[in-house]
Amino acid sequence: MTTVETAVGQAKTMVLNMGPQHPSTHGVLRILLELDGETVVKAVPDCGYLHTGIEKSCEDKTYSQAITLTDRMDYLNPLGNNLVYCMAVEKLLDLQVPKRAQYIRVMMVELQRISSHLVWLGTHAIDLGAMSVFLYCFREREEILKIFEMFAGQRMMTSYIRIGGVALQPPAGWRERLEKFLKYMPSRVDEYETLLTKNRIWMGRTKGIGYISAEDALALSMTGPTIRAAGIPYDNRKLFPYSSYDEFDFDIPTRTDSDCFGRYMIRVAEMRESLKIVRQAMDKITDEGAIKSDAPGIVPPQREKMKTEMEALIYHFKIFTEGFSPPAGEAFVTVESPRGELGCFIASDGSPKPLRCHFRAPSYINLQALPKLVEGQLISDVIACIGTIDIVLGEVDR
Amino acid sequence: MSEPTSSVERLRAWNANAVAEVIEYRGETTVVVPRELLRATAARCRDDAATKFNLLTDATCLDRHPYEPRFEVVYQLVCISRREKLRLRVKLYGNDPVVDSLVPVWPGANWLEREIFDLFGIRFTGHPDLRRIVLPDDWEGYPLRRDYPVEGYRDLPEMPLGFTKRSI
Repeated sequence: MTTVETAVGQAKTMVLNMGPQHPSTHGVLRILLELDGETVVKAVPDCGYLHTGIEKSCEDKTYSQAITLTDRMDYLNPLGNNLVYCMAVEKLLDLQVPKRAQYIRVMMVELQRISSHLVWLGTHAIDLGAMSVFLYCFREREEILKIFEMFAGQRMMTSYIRIGGVALQPPAGWRERLEKFLKYMPSRVDEYETLLTKNRIWMGRTKGIGYISAEDALALSMTGPTIRAAGIPYDNRKLFPYSSYDEFDFDIPTRTDSDCFGRYMIRVAEMRESLKIVRQAMDKITDEGAIKSDAPGIVPPQREKMKTEMEALIYHFKIFTEGFSPPAGEAFVTVESPRGELGCFIASDGSPKPLRCHFRAPSYINLQALPKLVEGQLISDVIACIGTIDIVLGEVDR
Repeated sequence: MSEPTSSVERLRAWNANAVAEVIEYRGETTVVVPRELLRATAARCRDDAATKFNLLTDATCLDRHPYEPRFEVVYQLVCISRREKLRLRVKLYGNDPVVDSLVPVWPGANWLEREIFDLFGIRFTGHPDLRRIVLPDDWEGYPLRRDYPVEGYRDLPEMPLGFTKRSI
């Protein structure tokens, strides 16, 4: 049991247990709130209800087997999790990925960012009482999930990004489908803004709520839209470009108001930027070309080759029975997930299974700033603050 | 003598003892720091105007059991303005897994170190709130240690219909 030390005298304050089963915590998060009337005096988040030991499981699996586990951490950003894990393994192996596969990765991850922000916007709006936005957001998210299904055969846990490239060639007719989506999506983003941005209730519930200064945000290791709303343009796609992001033309939206409204505006702007990136990636992806690097022993051989070539059959057998062994060493790779800096630290001891596989989960690290955001605010603002940090409990607890 | 340029050289110029070992691998720089000097080195990395590693992005631990020193606590630092990353590392023996906490330097180390304490059993001296974070408070053992079985230590309750009781 977690106990709270009361900050002020016993007589005036009461302790309220919010969660773990509370619809506005988007999962199972418990927060102990010490209240003085309706004002929060102290907040203590308590997580761990979804801990599944993914990092321990990774140590017991070969490098390629663990990809499916990464999907299940941040379930709104499975492709981003695949990407960071695969990039870390590729760095350990010093493996180059073909340009075409890199562009496909960028396109998929940016679509995933839009879909994640749509879920965030819909659920955040419903928390604050704007019911209809949720329905509109999920309408567009559905289309993105259908595009994922087209590419990978799965809507959510796609495991589409693999070590050395991506799993499958783009399907027939993907350009037309995506073209249609890119055509109507900008006007749909405008539609959400007409419902919310100048809405008096929305502004009343978000403006000036959950302020955090840039210094505090940096000291608390916050990343993602939360730190960009505080005025620090920290984005891995620009600062440490990966997967050919340096060839794309896009902006990093920043603001200085650093409240719930600012973080909302940042995420809406990011959706527009992501649409720009998807469009550019679509133009860069050629109709023909390799989607996997040529690395026998690491990337599984093509089916046709296995039927005609002895070597390919041997490699296939070796990969799926024993796995491959990267040289002893370690790699830390970071990407920009919709929630912030997503990192993967893998240490290898030269065996087919990792010695250690650690994920730097942005939700987890951003969540520790929650007390800073809510202390001194009203209890109803706690919900707005949890919403704008955009936590996914599957990733917090791993 | 010219002004030292790289971050590692600057650290060495500040205190030669702070840099016990430098590992360069796949373009990443790791500085192995003696245990007593960890907090001072971290504060120096943050405060030195020329290096200015102002963001602690991640902290984790790895266990090299059965080799000693088995634990390696790893801190990942980022300098946003110069786009540079640096990794600090402390090696700890299994019979004495204690190290200074970095919460006084970066408040963001709080939950990161709690997670390491929870899963590896490393004690951070000077940590304001060293409790378990993802596991229940009464959990026995530290699951991410290499000598902790993947299946855990628990026994299943008696199974019906002829299933045998076994350790899962």
